[in-house]
Amino acid sequence: MKFSIMVNEGPYQHQSSDSAYQFTKAALEKGHEIFRVFFYHDGVNNATCLTVPPQDDRHVVNRWSELSKKYNLDLVVCIAAAQRRGILDDNEAKRQGKNASNIAEGFRISGLGQLIEAGIQADRLVVFGD
Amino acid sequence: MDGEGGVIKKFLYVNRKAPYGTIYALESLEVVLIGAAFEQDVSLVFIDDGVYQLKKGQQTTVDSGIGVKDFSKTYRALEGYDVEKLYVDKKSMEMRGLSTSDLNVDVEVLDDAQMADLMAQQDIILSF
Repeated sequence: MKFSIMVNEGPYQHQSSDSAYQFTKAALEKGHEIFRVFFYHDGVNNATCLTVPPQDDRHVVNRWSELSKKYNLDLVVCIAAAQRRGILDDNEAKRQGKNASNIAEGFRISGLGQLIEAGIQADRLVVFGD
Repeated sequence: MDGEGGVIKKFLYVNRKAPYGTIYALESLEVVLIGAAFEQDVSLVFIDDGVYQLKKGQQTTVDSGIGVKDFSKTYRALEGYDVEKLYVDKKSMEMRGLSTSDLNVDVEVLDDAQMADLMAQQDIILSF
């Protein structure tokens, strides 16, 4: 089956990012296709490379990056939600006159149309949030 | 913008939260507005505290309220985006002492069974 995933909550604060990751990983290992993972609301905080969790805990951000690399997974962060919360890639940092960017490896910033498209293209859109 | 290869799915946006306590209501509305360009079959429901999103007379400016942008008028603009199917949960509205005359927009009021039917008909349900 072809799935799209939506992640609506921030890492560590809420379980939804963990659940979304476990679901996505399990689906890929079973041979299903993940069309896209879309990060919205505080979910965009899953995409900052400045995250530094304690060493004896899981690294939520790196875990997504590694999954993306292994399966060529499309991780998309909503641009409007990201800009509100200070998640920028190099282009956006330049455009907004900021002196730093913080998007983690494997993530890309794009618009809400990518969420709608993910819903249209997939057999199921699975939402993880509050 | 055309739907993806002519595919038209039934999208339901479920709004469950009060408008300003969290950002869910505002960011839900942003999805609805962008999504309208895809010419899908869109419905919105307002349930639980979500019915407050449609309340008339919201005052949120610094002078009169909490100093947050009032986006309640945007619901009235949805018609211009061909988003015309707005539903309110009857119990949620009545439990909060509201009636349709307290709301900014024309809505259809649904009881539990009708709400369940509406949800069962959908391809995509986005819950905010």
